Amino acid sequence: MNEPTTTPALSRRDFLKTAGCLSIGFSFACHPLSAAPQPPLQDSLPGPLRQQPQINAWLEVLENGRVRVLTGKLELGQGIRTAIAQVAAEELDMDSNHVEVHLAETGRTPHEGYTAGSGSIENSAMSVRYAAAAARQKLLALAAQRWNKPVEQLRLADGKIEGGKDQLTFAQLLNGTQLTDEVRLPVTLKPKSEYRWVGKAVPRADIEKMVRAEPVYVQDLRLPGMVHARVVRPLAYGARLRSFDEAALKKAVPGILKTVINGNFVGIITTEEYEAVQAQLMAREQTKWETTKPLPDNQNLAEFIKKLPSKSRTVKETGDVKTLESSGGSSLKARYFKPYHMHGSIGPSCAVALYQDGKLHIWTHSQGVYPLQEAVKKMLNLPTEAVHVVGVPGSGCYGHNGADDVAADAALLAMAYPGKPVRLQWSRDDEHGWEPYGSAMQMEAEARLDASGKITHWRYDVWTDSHSTRPGGEPGNLLAARSIEKPFSQPSSGYSGGGYRNSEPYYAIPNLKVDAHFFEGPLRVSALRSLGAYGNVFAIESFMDELAEKAGKDPLEFRLRHLEDERAIAVVKKLQELTRSEKGKPGEGIGYAFSRYKNVATYCAVAARVLADPKTSKVQVLKMWSVIDAGEVINLDGVKNQTEGGMIQAASWTLKEEVQFDKQHVSSRDWSSYPIFRFSDVPETEVVVINRPDEKPLGAGEAAQGPTAAALVNAIYRACGQRIRHLPVRLDRRE
Amino acid sequence: MKARLTIEVNQKRHTVEVDPATPLLYVLRNNLQLNGPKYGCGLEQCGACMVLLDGKATPSCLLPVETSIGKAIVTLEGLTQPGGKLHPVQRAFVEQQAAQCGYCLNGMVISAVSLLTEQKHPDETAIRKGMERVLCRCGTQSRILRAIRQAANESNP
Repeated sequence: MNEPTTTPALSRRDFLKTAGCLSIGFSFACHPLSAAPQPPLQDSLPGPLRQQPQINAWLEVLENGRVRVLTGKLELGQGIRTAIAQVAAEELDMDSNHVEVHLAETGRTPHEGYTAGSGSIENSAMSVRYAAAAARQKLLALAAQRWNKPVEQLRLADGKIEGGKDQLTFAQLLNGTQLTDEVRLPVTLKPKSEYRWVGKAVPRADIEKMVRAEPVYVQDLRLPGMVHARVVRPLAYGARLRSFDEAALKKAVPGILKTVINGNFVGIITTEEYEAVQAQLMAREQTKWETTKPLPDNQNLAEFIKKLPSKSRTVKETGDVKTLESSGGSSLKARYFKPYHMHGSIGPSCAVALYQDGKLHIWTHSQGVYPLQEAVKKMLNLPTEAVHVVGVPGSGCYGHNGADDVAADAALLAMAYPGKPVRLQWSRDDEHGWEPYGSAMQMEAEARLDASGKITHWRYDVWTDSHSTRPGGEPGNLLAARSIEKPFSQPSSGYSGGGYRNSEPYYAIPNLKVDAHFFEGPLRVSALRSLGAYGNVFAIESFMDELAEKAGKDPLEFRLRHLEDERAIAVVKKLQELTRSEKGKPGEGIGYAFSRYKNVATYCAVAARVLADPKTSKVQVLKMWSVIDAGEVINLDGVKNQTEGGMIQAASWTLKEEVQFDKQHVSSRDWSSYPIFRFSDVPETEVVVINRPDEKPLGAGEAAQGPTAAALVNAIYRACGQRIRHLPVRLDRRE
Repeated sequence: MKARLTIEVNQKRHTVEVDPATPLLYVLRNNLQLNGPKYGCGLEQCGACMVLLDGKATPSCLLPVETSIGKAIVTLEGLTQPGGKLHPVQRAFVEQQAAQCGYCLNGMVISAVSLLTEQKHPDETAIRKGMERVLCRCGTQSRILRAIRQAANESNP
């Protein structure tokens, strides 16, 4: 679960299990904020389905023999469309290619909050599974009644029901109606032993559309009469517009249809896209801004964020950690840091908006169409039903990037230029400079080992900003709403739970205390893939290696000695087996790390082999392995693809990335000032998936990030003896 | 000032009325309604906008359309045969499922085609070098490398 404010209804039990008391926790702060793992139970329907229980909210029978599934989630490149088609096809005994998936759209699909937190499989796909199973039951019952035959003599066969010589398509049987019954327990699911689609590496149909250059993305939308637009962002956060010379700009760029100035919001609408590009560049030169508060000097960001005023919370306390200093054995203390990271989507954010006949339509790659509808409606003071938001895939976002902001920008422009669809494409500079980043974090760990090399005490502190400031119905989270003449102020704190995600080690440690300290940092922040888990697992799993060395133990054996969960032990042992025969050459090292995402979701162990040369300060990642247990696998290749990509992306964060800023604003404004992995940097990858068909299916997209960071620095230590505690990795930095 | 220009795209001649300084990318996407080349950075840093210009992978986001007159421009669409049969590189990308969001895929396929035209059997270093200009953020590079190896083997056995 991620940013729970607008995610409707996990079951109460699931909610408490995954969230501990985090969402309600600030009034119940005495309770631990994390929770022990529990066996999966089918005691309730998936949350979104309980909120929207009618079968036809999730599934429609089409005249052409196909079935359309409706999901409130958006395809982000994670392959959710294919996974959802698989589970529906399975329950209905259809070819998965005959199942269409309609992605998030207000008024059309279920309200499923955000496509975030690795929750789409767990919530949306499982809602579809139960809705499809209920549809199957109902269709069979209808056919049995019609033919006066027992259900046992009937079977489903790719969109038809057969019973001896009788045969009808689903559509014929329903005769123009849809299945409006509510899904109620008990629902008979298809036995897993009979699965044809689920668990298999079913290829994604959209990849062929991509290689054929079919229109796939919001960037590819071309509506009749569409005009183009660009926005002119201020010089700095909170800067005020002093002057904008509209006449000069119109003279220089003849195709300008309209300039929209609303408070500090500046937008330009043109006929041709290139005119908008030119106008934006020119306007940036001539527009004068008054900056307010300078950003801090970021030379020592690690120290700076720790000194900011913060609110503290105890995340977890067990045993008596106060005896850490006084107990026997040996102790160790270390401090770690991760900088601000960028989502860095390859395609900058884009939206199309049209205001016509009193209704505003927005085509967007936002991860949450309903929360965006709510925020935009408030920003523009429109009734809810006057805002229609359609989800269309965009470039991969990996969290909250500029998607919602560009949609709000486009909405403002469309309101000012009614009757024509306005396509707004953010520039690379807009995206790099204005997206909300993944927070910088500082982590401090201290532990004591007994004489046998077991951890007896563990104290951990994390300093972090918020990890989600998604719109969530609040216009103040949108750049545009903060800029207009009557601005909305930014809500003071976002979802702070993300900051201590995975801050508790998944190891059996008798005396333990974990504290989180929330600051409000200098840069705009929000959800970036895995939220705080990346920083926390980087720190915990680096520290575990340091402790293993202190205890004189093999790093994997040391972890195994502190693990109690069989599934965790299984992934670590599998990784051990996978890399056992690896013999590193001189200058090379292999490092390992493990975590269970959110401590209640997917298990993932990662190994990295690196070549590190302190003389040249060069680190080359040669190979990365991952063993992952995401419970019941829906799409095997989907799990592999997400895990391979997760490792490569997180390796890029770890080795190369850091958002730079000066006193004025973010100075990482393109790919040369914010370099990411290129082909010469990329390791070979190998992923082993442990399928657990009888366990609850879990999202796989956010499990590898944290372990990747730690496996890399642990490998670097083994390669050259240098312990990296400050990211990004720089062998020439004195720590 | 707009002018009438004729360019050759995917073996067809197209006359467009545009400012001759317009980068080729916008002409392809907006005037010709092609989806292959993508806007990524407008700085020739990411490769999302790659096209084949006389057979060589070239970023189109800064290239004034007038400089492409008289050259053979091929976009991702132009790699597919008229009957719909995929180019071996396109097919390899599908078979290896070498995409997540797929936004970079145009630049990847175009660059791979260009590379395999120049070198029939590129080794690992040559493949990586040939692909260096194109960024992928989803981290699908290991799949893309597999797809290119597959295409190289199948096209030039």
